[in-house]
Amino acid sequence: MTDTNIYLPHLMRIAKITEEAPAVKTFRLEFMDAAAAAAFSFETGQFGLYSAFGEGESTFCIASSPTRKGYIECTFREAGRVTAALADKEEGDVVGFRGPYGNRFPIEQWKGKNLVFIAGGIALPPLRSVIWNCLDLRDWFKDITIVYGARSVADLVYKDELKEWEARPDVNLVVTVDPGGDVPGWTGKVGFVPPVVEALNPSPDNTIALVCGPPIMIKLTLPVLAKLGFPPEAIFTTLENRMKCGLGKCGRCNTGSSYVCKDGPVYTLEQLNSLPAEY
Amino acid sequence: MADNFFLPQASLDTLFAALAKDGRRILAPTDRDGRTELNPVDKPADVAKDYLQTILSAKEAAFPKVERLMSFTTGSKSVDLVDAEPHALPTVLFGVRPCEASGFRALDAVFNWDTRDRFFNARMEALAVIGVACTRKDDACFCTSVGGGPGSTAGSDILLTPVDGGFLAEVLTEKGKAMAALAPEAFKADPGLEKKVVDVPVAFDQPGLTRRLKDRFEDGIWVEQSLRCVGCGACAYVCPTCVCFDIVEESDAKGGHRLRTWDSCGGHMFTLHASGHNPRETQAQRWRQRVYHKFSYYPERYDMLGCVGCGKCTRACPVDMNLQEHLAEAAQA
Repeated sequence: MTDTNIYLPHLMRIAKITEEAPAVKTFRLEFMDAAAAAAFSFETGQFGLYSAFGEGESTFCIASSPTRKGYIECTFREAGRVTAALADKEEGDVVGFRGPYGNRFPIEQWKGKNLVFIAGGIALPPLRSVIWNCLDLRDWFKDITIVYGARSVADLVYKDELKEWEARPDVNLVVTVDPGGDVPGWTGKVGFVPPVVEALNPSPDNTIALVCGPPIMIKLTLPVLAKLGFPPEAIFTTLENRMKCGLGKCGRCNTGSSYVCKDGPVYTLEQLNSLPAEY
Repeated sequence: MADNFFLPQASLDTLFAALAKDGRRILAPTDRDGRTELNPVDKPADVAKDYLQTILSAKEAAFPKVERLMSFTTGSKSVDLVDAEPHALPTVLFGVRPCEASGFRALDAVFNWDTRDRFFNARMEALAVIGVACTRKDDACFCTSVGGGPGSTAGSDILLTPVDGGFLAEVLTEKGKAMAALAPEAFKADPGLEKKVVDVPVAFDQPGLTRRLKDRFEDGIWVEQSLRCVGCGACAYVCPTCVCFDIVEESDAKGGHRLRTWDSCGGHMFTLHASGHNPRETQAQRWRQRVYHKFSYYPERYDMLGCVGCGKCTRACPVDMNLQEHLAEAAQA
């Protein structure tokens, strides 16, 4: 029996680069091989390993919605060797992609429910995939609320899409920046995400909450949701433990007996409560 | 049911010659500069005479320290990928101990539990194991505490047990039969030899340990035991079952290679995020992960242990951490 090489990436061409914020970019990527493009599909919540050949691979979520066909998008901050090499790329350049990996948000189970998205900083991208997926299936859901916070106005990502969501009558968007991160003319809120969520006071009745952000934001937001009455099984997040293989083998993302790359990255708070807090 | 034979010491020459003639590399323990290591050998005389174990483990035969996963060349607006073929030479592992022979099962559990790892599988398919049972032990050995034994046949295709004038040879698998068939004249009828191996006392209650770990995660024992740990990773590198790996690249402006290398959960960068956040910040957390991975998470996920009781980690540890003693302590109520 001959096995295929599960570590071999697909080649993808950078069709478009968007400068989102200082050191944050979004790549729109298209498969270079037609057969690979035809065979590819993914679901919201899944991630990939992106190659800057010569430097290595880095893990990010797929930030676009599976309802938008023909490409995938990733958004990343320049933080290390691989992301620095990716940031040097231009439109038309070639990168590698392995995926999709991991589990997914079970959005079909949320039909008829309200959705509250809570994101901080560079952690909006994984929720952006779900947001667009749900907006493209808008009839499935009742109220949709999005709370997004960043350190400063400049650090907000997807600025054009924030305007688009703000303009929609079927979306309640709340954008906030940390104290001191505002600029003259800023019309959004000023304050950290957890108290902003608390003041917004979303009803937990028939509502799913999705939380994604830096560890400190998640750690402080979960008690707020609990106080508001959200049960642990109605709170979803996506973990981003360090990964190398994405295939449940290299051992790096082990959290208890769970592999974040296989059993996650999407977990309910109920599931996280059963795992050691090593994430 | 194994087929039992007597293999006279002198017949090893015949067996080695037949294996070589069949195109197989023979890896066996050899003594070099005071170290016992697995190396290619041509004849039984090259094999170490009085070894207990090799320093590194036999896993290297299926999971090398470094191997190429692919290569690439980079142009101005193009990249060409070259798939890597596993460098899987037909190989016979001769003289590995039963603990190590059984360790391949733990590697297989990870490399094939979901997707199949081509590189590991190609090497395993090309690999046959002639184990040699233990007639000696040292204080680091604890195979009998983790379900193994000095005469255990698990993982061997042929197991040899030293007896007067040669070996009792148990031919255990199809691969073992194929090797024996290459030199049928070497294998004599078994005159009813008794299999005598060293006695390795059970050091701790392993099922009890695995149960105890369920409620000892926050116990201070992990801090106490790890105070000496320097996070060097030697335990992982010598371990027959440690499978964690890194993926790195070596390249220049024109192209390069993507490589897989051994790694260790004992290193502080193993779980370090690019953001600076580290889920396992302290050495105590990393030591705990090592114990839990082998004795709690493996049983939970793969229904087996991630430890074969070979004691290599204890012998290799530069600060004298003794796994057997630490496990016995952790197993106590």
